[in-house]
Amino acid sequence: MITAAADGIKEVSAPLSDADIEKLDAGDRVRITGVVYTARDAAHGRLMQLIEAGQPLPIDVRGQIIYYTGPSPARPGEIVGSIGPTTGGRMDTYTPALLALGLKATIGKGARSQPVRDAMRTHKAVYFGAIGGAGAVLSRFVKTLEIVAYEDLGTEAIRRLEVEGFPAIVVDDCRGRDLYEEGIKAYAR
Amino acid sequence: MRDVHVSAVTDAVKKLCMEANYELEPDMLRAFDRALTTERSAAGRQVLQILKDNAQMAKTRRMPYCQDTGVVVCFVELGQDVHVAGGGLADAIDEGVRQGYREGYLRASIVRSPFDRVNTGDNTPAVVHLDLGPGADLKIMVMAKGGGCENRSKYKMLTPAEGIEGVRSWILECIKTAGPDACPPLIAGVGVGGTFEKAAILSKRALFRELGAPNPDPALDALEREVLERANRLGIGPQGYGGDTTAFGVHILTYPCHITSLPVAVTIECHAHRHKEVTL
Repeated sequence: MITAAADGIKEVSAPLSDADIEKLDAGDRVRITGVVYTARDAAHGRLMQLIEAGQPLPIDVRGQIIYYTGPSPARPGEIVGSIGPTTGGRMDTYTPALLALGLKATIGKGARSQPVRDAMRTHKAVYFGAIGGAGAVLSRFVKTLEIVAYEDLGTEAIRRLEVEGFPAIVVDDCRGRDLYEEGIKAYAR
Repeated sequence: MRDVHVSAVTDAVKKLCMEANYELEPDMLRAFDRALTTERSAAGRQVLQILKDNAQMAKTRRMPYCQDTGVVVCFVELGQDVHVAGGGLADAIDEGVRQGYREGYLRASIVRSPFDRVNTGDNTPAVVHLDLGPGADLKIMVMAKGGGCENRSKYKMLTPAEGIEGVRSWILECIKTAGPDACPPLIAGVGVGGTFEKAAILSKRALFRELGAPNPDPALDALEREVLERANRLGIGPQGYGGDTTAFGVHILTYPCHITSLPVAVTIECHAHRHKEVTL
């Protein structure tokens, strides 16, 4: 679901539909609330093996959001340690297959490949940027955390988070626009 | 001969790892403040403000500034009149990393083999560079080096004919191709000269210089300023959202080299520039 808040920031909650995704444009500021799954390199490698073998995944990605992150350990009494985004481009080889299964959004930092951007157009999906290196600040938006798969991977396990007002920006929308390209055009001197 | 017990090395490394991850150095905080006054992009200024808040929160809550608490790169300057007693120096450093990362709630990000990729669980081993020199001091410099920016570090063997212009273009090329992936605003550590490996080590060592402090060599200082100014005209900006603050600094170290060679290594460092040092 996507709604526009009074301050101009769009409120985003999974599950997301094609119609929701079409409401997002590159450069839009968003606040994400609700369920987000974490997965990075090692977890993606395992998901890909399952997809190639035609087996079910440990999480149902349809309509969902995957956050590329490997959090630092929580201190006692805390929900999580630092939890900022990792580079999205490393997941490029895996992303089109997940988008084909119905994944609607990913959160990371850094540019995506042209095949991923094409897949986002084909399957109606977006890529959000979160602020890389702001892991301490971003931890405050995480309300619950539960490991749902691949616990042996440590920080790279798949975690189910519930977030509230998690701040991000639309980097790639489903029409092929890219915030990074537009930013350089606007500010290069 | 002065004895330094390995337990002192371990304790020092443990503390440096923790403090580096919780507290940015004052030069970085000044760089955020300065950029907030010059950045034209509203999105860029917002990023810079959040990073400043992030530094404050990390310090007060003693949590890592970034969840990628890095590979520990450790430069050791060992005075030849120092005798490290009670065990091995490398083991003592790794024990410090182990204790610092476990007790400090820092992320274990090291895999035991680049191929089987099984996490060692305690962020060991460190990457250690040892320099032997005169004196009876043992200086330990620790950097928690993030992986995302490290992945954008590059090396090129230029020809002597390409000269300073070639070096300037190559550093700019590295900053440009690092782009948003490496968490700008960036710092470029540059090693010029030596050999293949010497240039790379210098590019890391160069990052320990205080940000904003001039290069003691006036010609290199002018080169650094020019590259920085041009980097900040690329338009990449904080986090790549577009803007004027793509890099905070360019730090160059040089070394003599072979008549055939002009090696240039560029270590890309993100704004999570975490380093601490101590002399025992």
